[in-house]
Amino acid sequence: MPPSEHELRLRDRLSRLRSVSLLGGAKLSGELQRLQRQLDRIGEEPTGDDIWRSVELARHPDRPYTLDYVEALLDDWFELHGDHRRGDDAAMIAGLGKLHGRTVVLVGQQKGRDIHQRSERRFGMSNPEGYAKAMRAMKIAETHGFPVISLVDTPGAYPGVDAEQHGQGGAIAESQAVMARLTVPTVACVIGEGGSGGAIAIALADRVLMQENAIYSVISPEGCAMILWRDASQAKKAAAAFKPDAVHCLELGVIDAIVPEPKGGAQTDPQAAAQLLGESLRETLEDLVDVPGDELRRRRRAKFRSLGVFA
Amino acid sequence: MAKIDVSIETEDKPAPPPKHPNTCPGCHSHYRDDELERAQWVCAQCGHHFPMRARARIASLVDDGTFYEEAADLHSEDPLGFFDLRPYTERLAEAEMSTGLADAIVIGQGSIEGRGCELAVMDFAFMGGSMGSAVGEKFSRACDSAAERGVPLVTVTSSGGARMQEGILALMQLPKTVCAVEDLHDAGQAMLSVMAHPTTGGVLASFATLGDVLLAEPGALMSFAGPRVVQELTREKLSEDFGRAEQNLRFGQIDAIVPRPELRATLGRLLRIFNAPV
Repeated sequence: MPPSEHELRLRDRLSRLRSVSLLGGAKLSGELQRLQRQLDRIGEEPTGDDIWRSVELARHPDRPYTLDYVEALLDDWFELHGDHRRGDDAAMIAGLGKLHGRTVVLVGQQKGRDIHQRSERRFGMSNPEGYAKAMRAMKIAETHGFPVISLVDTPGAYPGVDAEQHGQGGAIAESQAVMARLTVPTVACVIGEGGSGGAIAIALADRVLMQENAIYSVISPEGCAMILWRDASQAKKAAAAFKPDAVHCLELGVIDAIVPEPKGGAQTDPQAAAQLLGESLRETLEDLVDVPGDELRRRRRAKFRSLGVFA
Repeated sequence: MAKIDVSIETEDKPAPPPKHPNTCPGCHSHYRDDELERAQWVCAQCGHHFPMRARARIASLVDDGTFYEEAADLHSEDPLGFFDLRPYTERLAEAEMSTGLADAIVIGQGSIEGRGCELAVMDFAFMGGSMGSAVGEKFSRACDSAAERGVPLVTVTSSGGARMQEGILALMQLPKTVCAVEDLHDAGQAMLSVMAHPTTGGVLASFATLGDVLLAEPGALMSFAGPRVVQELTREKLSEDFGRAEQNLRFGQIDAIVPRPELRATLGRLLRIFNAPV
């Protein structure tokens, strides 16, 4: 039977993917087959309209946040507070709990549900104290051999005067460095907005997942539009140009898998969304828990060091 | 809610009155090219540090005839087919033409005051020193080269942040360069980071702040978010030295501010301290 037109297009996309050097790292860990399976399931390349729909769903006010997933998925949750140096950043959650019977450390940004929470949590935009809290939690994980799960949901790091004075850039760098040193399994999942440096600070993980309608990007669509078109209302055009959706991130080798959401988006059925996320986290962790720590770290660094397209 | 862009800081929006690049913005003294070159692009009147191109910087730091450039031809591809007002490929070609560089960083081997080191020096003239795939890869190779040869890595940064035309792959250069520094440190080698004006966004939030010793040039802007973004969000009047090297030193974020004429000797001393091979 001759291949259908649809299959031919998929094959073409896959061959283009293979030709880019960034898959060097993915091949190391046998990710290509996984990628192929995911691509087969996904089908067509997302259009500008599809991408914009993801941007809107990723920011939907009813979308489940980090603490909603904590409540649905973790038993015996104990939230840690503060960096034990200067302050407690409500934009960053850190704590310990049991996921399917296994103790894990969980870190993640938390947006606010109402206007009061939003201002207290600064819409999920962390200060250096927040990254310090996350690093503290990750060090507990390293000491006791607990896996680390991070849930990424932030427009970006907080651009404030205090944040700059207290070393925002250095905190983001150091948090990544801590993650690059860990010898415990680490899984990150972008559950909403994966905004720039604020997101990558807690996303240097063995496996990076992304929910179907999440976005992951170097800059917000509005920020990009403001710089390149000098007009924030060109955000949709900017998003179509830099492609922050999950399918494109998967194709570029930036994420390892897409976590499905209920039809219409996670906000339509948060319980089902949590269950789907929980299953993905369990599967992913099971893949990692038997790998020796040194090997995890070596592969993690090799994977991130392979990202980029150059000649 | 406030819309922010934290990865990239560009030049201020209203075009400043056209000034000659050799006119000092501090005291309005004007210089000929050869005068500035002899003074390492530092104003003789007020000490303002003009931007310094990567090759000139390297020449000012290394012992004569010791620099051997690596990966000079490595350049970024256009993974997204990015197009704003003009295609990214066109912007790249133009930058290459005007700077004579393949991307915004120059790496290679050299020695400073007789001590061997690896250098990675950024050039703001190439698309604002923005970090895309080529910058990330070349920086990583510099780490590997230093580790293999058993020498410290000296970096000089000057960057507006991640290169948004490469989308999410530009963001991925942050963890990539962080992992490269970690590998360098695991190999037992030091990194000496010199931050020149400006070192902002994704470069500040990755390798630049991971040096064992952090140095800055006088007046260098070193903030994660640019002053304009912070001002728009907070609606406060920012202090004159907001995000500058002097403020960073005051708040304990860096080890020292080193005027350009003293940089070579300072790096020489640090290379001796870290036992760089002769």
